[in-house]
Amino acid sequence: MSLFTRSLLRATTRPTFYPTTATTFTKTTGITSLFARYLSDSTRAAIDNAVATSPVVLFMKGTPEFPQCGFSRASIQVLGLQGVDPQKFTAFNVLEDDELRQGIKEYSSWPTIPQLYVNKEFVGGCDILMSMHSSGELSELFEKAGVLAPGDEAEPTTSSSSSSESAEKKDSTKTE
Amino acid sequence: MAENSGITAETLEQTIRSKLEATYVSVIDNSGGCGQIFEAVIVSPQFEGKTSLAKSRLVNTNLKEEIAQIHAWSNKTYTPAQWEKLKEKEAGEA
Repeated sequence: MSLFTRSLLRATTRPTFYPTTATTFTKTTGITSLFARYLSDSTRAAIDNAVATSPVVLFMKGTPEFPQCGFSRASIQVLGLQGVDPQKFTAFNVLEDDELRQGIKEYSSWPTIPQLYVNKEFVGGCDILMSMHSSGELSELFEKAGVLAPGDEAEPTTSSSSSSESAEKKDSTKTE
Repeated sequence: MAENSGITAETLEQTIRSKLEATYVSVIDNSGGCGQIFEAVIVSPQFEGKTSLAKSRLVNTNLKEEIAQIHAWSNKTYTPAQWEKLKEKEAGEA
């Protein structure tokens, strides 16, 4: 658990909303929140990029190390419990960027943060994660998406020596 | 200090009951009075056949203005059938 958190941290020190070289996200200065309701093309494009950073993307308040909201904290914990591979995970701190903070809500038509995306698809916020976590839907989703850390869920490793000539690797774990 | 949103558990509950035809609603104000933090349990036949995401979206759409004014909004959504099952389970565990 702590191991995960640590490696998760490493993964998330990497990205902020501005992956240093990105020029996609230009800040429009002086935009008033009242009229910022509609996503500009540049904001949308920047969020498109953000969502595609990793197979699993969480927009949260604070960082995985220091979540600044109980809902974000709970979501990070669930991802940890599920065994999401830190290599396949990126977190964005919306508190660092007000345009992202507002834009992401329009982008997903979802009024609150945190927001989880898996393979660019919006999954839900904290409540949904919690209910999917306890119902088993979440582990199913993560497994199908192939985003779990290797080793945890013992992949059936062939015990026989590697002389087996058939290279077919049919995924036998999927039983629908 | 959070300013008062003017939204109360009662007004939210009324809106939920009328817009979502909810058969059971529980709204808890966790804000300590400023009207910023709410937690809701909603049971409605309108949720029938919907995923949790779709259910929450339905709630959020109907409460769009209210949610925009508050800081934290959490909701659990059930169809009447799911709600019955949950209550049975809880009774069994107790």
